Amino acid sequence: MRDPDPVTAPAAPAARRATPWRRRRGPRRSRDPLGLRRALADRLLPGLVAAMALLATLAAAGGDAAAGLAARWQAGAAAAVTVQLPPARADAAETVRAALAALPDVAAARVVDPARLQALLRPWLGEAAAGMQTVLPLPVLIELHLTPEAAARLARAPAAEAAALAERLGTAAPGIEVEAHGLWVARLARLAAAVRGVALAVLALVAGVAAAAVGVAVRAGLAARRDSVLVVHGLGAGDGWIAAQFARRAARLAAAGGLLGAAAAVPVLMLLRGLGASLLAADGDGDAAVPGLAAAPGMLAVADLPWLPLLAVPALAWAIGWTTAQITVRRWLRTLP
Amino acid sequence: MLRFTGVGLRYGAPARGSGPGFAGGAAPETLRDLTFTLSEGSFTWLLGPSGAGKTSVLRLMQCVLRPTRGEVEVLGVAVSRARRRDLALLRRRIGAVHQDFRLLPHLSAFDNVALPLRLAGRSESVLRAEVAELLAWVGLAGKQHALPAELSGGEQQRVAIARAVIARPALLVADEPTGNLDAAQARRLLALLIELNRIGTTVVVATHNEELLLRHPAPVLRLEAGRLVGAAGAEPRPAEAPGGEPGRDAPAPAPAGAPPDDARAPAARVSGFRHAGA
Ligand SMILES: Nc1ncnc2c1ncn2[C@@H]1O[C@H](COP(=O)(O)OP(=O)(O)O)[C@@H](O)[C@H]1O
Ligand SMILES: [Mg+2]
Repeated sequence: MRDPDPVTAPAAPAARRATPWRRRRGPRRSRDPLGLRRALADRLLPGLVAAMALLATLAAAGGDAAAGLAARWQAGAAAAVTVQLPPARADAAETVRAALAALPDVAAARVVDPARLQALLRPWLGEAAAGMQTVLPLPVLIELHLTPEAAARLARAPAAEAAALAERLGTAAPGIEVEAHGLWVARLARLAAAVRGVALAVLALVAGVAAAAVGVAVRAGLAARRDSVLVVHGLGAGDGWIAAQFARRAARLAAAGGLLGAAAAVPVLMLLRGLGASLLAADGDGDAAVPGLAAAPGMLAVADLPWLPLLAVPALAWAIGWTTAQITVRRWLRTLP
Repeated sequence: MLRFTGVGLRYGAPARGSGPGFAGGAAPETLRDLTFTLSEGSFTWLLGPSGAGKTSVLRLMQCVLRPTRGEVEVLGVAVSRARRRDLALLRRRIGAVHQDFRLLPHLSAFDNVALPLRLAGRSESVLRAEVAELLAWVGLAGKQHALPAELSGGEQQRVAIARAVIARPALLVADEPTGNLDAAQARRLLALLIELNRIGTTVVVATHNEELLLRHPAPVLRLEAGRLVGAAGAEPRPAEAPGGEPGRDAPAPAPAGAPPDDARAPAARVSGFRHAGA
């Protein structure tokens, strides 16, 4: 299909040579018969849409991050349960560990090294921590890793499942205290879900405001080019043709704004992620006692930007511009015969 | 064929075709009880003082306005019952020359004239030659790329005329088309209109130009304050029977070097036109 038309191909360069300014004026203008390049707010609309797109990208990225955090917390923290044994029964630690490890819900059980426990307490107790052992004996901690099924059950119904789990563990090894991280992680997960809901609401609101901005711009364009629209209507241009003129222009402006906004969001997101990563890095060395956060630093790597929202926002802006212009223009044209 | 049946028009009224619901409006009707039939291929003068409603009648004929009551039938289509989509297609078969030209200010003369062909989806290679030829015929060969604002009133009017006839309309309505033309240009325009009519185009021309009337006697619709006056105007019939076959006795093409003011030139040029059915 790339073959030049044998009839027109030789004629075209000749025509261009004969009228050298044709390329500059004729064809370019003929593609914009209604003069919409001027009439449809050249800076205001992309600027407004860019602001909307920045907000939308940040909201979408925030919702994404919240959802990701919740998923990681649930997968990581729900799977971990700490069991505490009174110091008096320290010698029974290995028996209790074996009994717990034999349970069907438990994938692995490990006694926490007393030296590490002391290391954890050192910031609060200072060097006295070592000597404290005799005065205030520390409990024995046993760390359990649940099977994926048990962890999933705990994540789904944290309160009820935590109680049931504690009871099962207590039956297997009487006298222990159970602390399931699942409970507070589930609360955090619910918070993350709420954050995500708010992000979606912000997205919907921003899309609505962007559509309104496009609608106002298109109506202003219709008012500015009313005579031209009436002329082409009189020449037999259909609603589809007229609406397409406006929709193409509005979609292009909105997409430009969307790209601008998304581009502006990139440094902001990188800054936030950098802050988050350094915060968690300062917090500790991925301690097993806080397994939810231990999973987080990997996610907050600077290079790991939310590319889906970054790319979806300009596309969405284009679609909003096109659709809004089509609806606005067609509605206006329906007042004509 | 063009048929007005009990047509009334009131500006500002919700124009939804015929119906009894519009009698109560406060504003007087601009057009009242217009009933007439113009047969296919006829040539009709539309006369009347300023403000009588000539432009309004032509706008109804062009289907850019719906009557408040009554029925307008254009080229076999009843306007009040037609779908908007079909009206758009119908308008492509109607050429209109407006009193105020109504050129698109952002398009060159060439692109203005080419627009009806582009809307009809004609290929650029075919269209380019046709538009250039017609612009040359109206004496604007050197101004193809000028914007309307860069043209004189008479030049703009000629662009408007070229745009109205480029798609070989079945119906041509012209609103005071000689208003900005000198006598020679007006004669050339009249020759073009007569030639278009001779090959089958139905032509309606609103004018004040008595000289044109004398040069081409034809049936007259006379409007006064929105009503038809004079029995002769009520049912006009073509003065001469229109030639049955388009281009039947078209003169031979003019020699290439024919002067532009030659009265034969328009006839020779437009004889190639085949109007878009009727
Ligand atoms: N768009 C319009 N809105 C309201 N009134 C109009 C409009 N166009 C024309 N009129 C009125 O209709 C009457 C007839 O106008 P018109 O058809 O232009 O007459 P003519 O062409 O014979 O001068 C005039 O009184 C004019 O004021
Ligand atoms: Mg008038």
